[in-house]
Amino acid sequence: MQIFKNPNYNFVGYRWHALALSWAVILAGLLTVYFKGLPLGVEFSGGTIVVVQFDRVPGIDQVRSAVGGSFPGGGENVVVQRYGGAEQRQIMIRVPEVGKEQGTGLSQVADLVVRGLQGAKVGDFKVVGTEIVGPVVGRDLAQKGFWATVLALAGILIYIALRFQLSFAVGAIVATIHDLLVMMAFLAFFRYDLSLNVVAAILTITGYSVNDTVVIFDRVRENLRGMRRDNITHIINVAVNQTLGRTVITAGTALLSVVALFLFGGEVLEGFAFTMIVGIISGTYSTVFIAAAVVSFWRSKKPSRMTAATTPPQAAKAPQTARTRAKATRGTRVS
Amino acid sequence: MITDIRWRVLVIVIIVGACLYAIIPPSQKIRLGLDLKGGVHLVLRVNTDDALRLETTTTSEQLRDQLDKAGIAVTGVSVLNPTQFQVAGVPPAQDSLFRQTAAGVEGTFNRESGVGGTYTFTLKPNLVVQLRREAVTQARQTIERRVNDLGVTEPLVAEQGSQGDQLLVQLPGVTDVPRAKEIIQSTAMLELKLVEQGPAPTREALLQASNGTVPPNLEVLPGVESRGAERPETVYYLVRKVPAITGRDLRNARPSRDVNNAPDVDFTLTNEGARKFGKATGENIGRYLAIVLDGQIRSAPRIDGRITDQGQITGGFSTQEATDLALVLRSGALPASLTYLEERTIGPTLGADSIRSGVMASLVGLTLVVGFMLFYYRLSGINAIVALSFNLIILLGAMSYIGATMTLPGVAGFILTMGMGVDSNVLIFERIKEELSAQRGVRASIQAGFSRVFLTLLDTHSTSLISAAFLFQFGTGPIRGFATTLVFGLISNLFTSTFVSKTIFELVLSRRQVAGLSI
Repeated sequence: MQIFKNPNYNFVGYRWHALALSWAVILAGLLTVYFKGLPLGVEFSGGTIVVVQFDRVPGIDQVRSAVGGSFPGGGENVVVQRYGGAEQRQIMIRVPEVGKEQGTGLSQVADLVVRGLQGAKVGDFKVVGTEIVGPVVGRDLAQKGFWATVLALAGILIYIALRFQLSFAVGAIVATIHDLLVMMAFLAFFRYDLSLNVVAAILTITGYSVNDTVVIFDRVRENLRGMRRDNITHIINVAVNQTLGRTVITAGTALLSVVALFLFGGEVLEGFAFTMIVGIISGTYSTVFIAAAVVSFWRSKKPSRMTAATTPPQAAKAPQTARTRAKATRGTRVS
Repeated sequence: MITDIRWRVLVIVIIVGACLYAIIPPSQKIRLGLDLKGGVHLVLRVNTDDALRLETTTTSEQLRDQLDKAGIAVTGVSVLNPTQFQVAGVPPAQDSLFRQTAAGVEGTFNRESGVGGTYTFTLKPNLVVQLRREAVTQARQTIERRVNDLGVTEPLVAEQGSQGDQLLVQLPGVTDVPRAKEIIQSTAMLELKLVEQGPAPTREALLQASNGTVPPNLEVLPGVESRGAERPETVYYLVRKVPAITGRDLRNARPSRDVNNAPDVDFTLTNEGARKFGKATGENIGRYLAIVLDGQIRSAPRIDGRITDQGQITGGFSTQEATDLALVLRSGALPASLTYLEERTIGPTLGADSIRSGVMASLVGLTLVVGFMLFYYRLSGINAIVALSFNLIILLGAMSYIGATMTLPGVAGFILTMGMGVDSNVLIFERIKEELSAQRGVRASIQAGFSRVFLTLLDTHSTSLISAAFLFQFGTGPIRGFATTLVFGLISNLFTSTFVSKTIFELVLSRRQVAGLSI
């Protein structure tokens, strides 16, 4: 069974359409972030979360007014929402404030929330979880998350530059950064909090998105040997088409598992699963349309290095004939 | 060829068997993280400045004593900040004598002279680093002793943070959060100091005898009269700055009852402590001794006779307070105060909910992936599914062997391994299809499929490992669980998708001659 029978699409030919679509999504995302902000999880923004389980769930507004009185502005910044499935009868209350960091003070705000609920007679309940994060932690984490992403990208760039060559590495990294921006855009559209789990998803996609790209590049490298006379755009198109079945199927199985996670994995993992879904789709799209286009663009700008395909960058500088070059690198591949 | 396959099958059976052994039954063998089991997760900062200030203050006091003994009349010795103190008004005539006397502290402090006989002493930078590090380590060890004493199973106390001054404390299964926090952060600085004056209701009344000033070797400390009464009053004592003994001289402490059957804490002293205490009490019979805990006088009993190796701490404690005080005294004082940065409690209900949804999502994900592979690759799909199951078994087994914990994000990593792990098989199978359609034989196609894709797999797994490594570096607790799962999933996937899968194909092909392949 085969999804595609001898596919022969001109993917690189669609690069301008793809570019326009990607920019539209990314710009819309940036505008959303600019005007509405990127919603931050409590790990990054600092604040207090209290999850309570009721015997009989009261109205959201009732809970809000019970809690709001204790906070400035009648609690306009207090978020009250249902948590988990209906049968779990849980409500999450999130307050941007935390208690003083000194001593036992951090839990003061959580205590205020609980006392507010007790005073308002909204029904019997018990606290099933609290999460209180001071401002220092958030700042540290944001920094660490940023550097982890940048360093992971740099590590992958170096790895691909060594195993393939620089133009391939640039293509892979551009595609991956594209995926990161698209994920951010969708988080902003659908108002999912940027939490620790979401950052984990983003870093996972950083590695995953490159996988697809590497598979295609591997094929390009292999084809370059047999099709040295052909135009680089053509060679890339052939490689994308040859691996198309695999690209679509693996994205499909990965999607199946993440969709299961999204639907059944529970409240905590929903943001993670959502980010993964966006990342996997965007990763597959960017591999086919962005990464390949970047490589073809980069290399057609530098015709002198066209034939240096299978040669590592450092060796490419040496004046060699195509024949000796092919010989020099034969050892890097088993065929 | 046959023996070769037998060996390979044996290797696979041994590895999978060992991993199965490590995870059956799962409810006992798989360690659950705090987010699944429930418990308390705290991040604290050790305020290492406290330790520096203590060193600076102690040294400045010692120098003041030495100057007194040498007869050098300076106008003041004052602590400027945690790492600096200043001596002001050294008479010019005594300058060289002063320098000689002060030479003693120059092992740890750098001396700088200013105008008008002023000298500034600064703690040496390498000592600052060392003291800070020691304070964090000491705090970690103290907290470890305390949580162990609390009877928490498998607690975790670890140093973390970019500044190296944070402590992560995880207490699985603990529900009384306020008490746990109280015990962890109690400084438990115990000092027994001789009372010179007091009690008096106000500072002013206390200092009347000394014309409103505090003599240099004494200090004023607050205490509470009739603690536990309806209206406790704050009173003040004038006590010696240098304690007779401190918490460090304690050998043991346990909760007990005093003569009035009120809860108190009995303590015994080390040999050195007993000698010091015997001397201090023997010389001061009839006077009062203040029991100072974290800078507050708990009680000030009269010294009725020479006490050597044991005593009681009274002071209107409740039974719980006495028990907890004995616990923190046993574990020793914290070298610095603590600040809470983060505090999470996960109730057992939430944890159980998470486990349920995690298992549910895993089953649904597995069903979907298995269904697809069977549908698309027919009989070869079975091969991929066997490889996938081995992949998951080895993943869990390896985590169990190294004692890694399964967290909720770890469950997500597990599910991702299912969806992404078959990727390798897909890559290989698609290649085999290509080779088959190029009219190659079944054996040759399989051979080519595996060998041509192997380097590609190595590359894809390497890039994923790079990002997983940075993920591990970035995260704490749950996220690390995720990164660990990904890493083991990737490594075991490389083994199952190439070695195991290929062996299965060869096993099938060795039994009979096949014309075609169901793929």
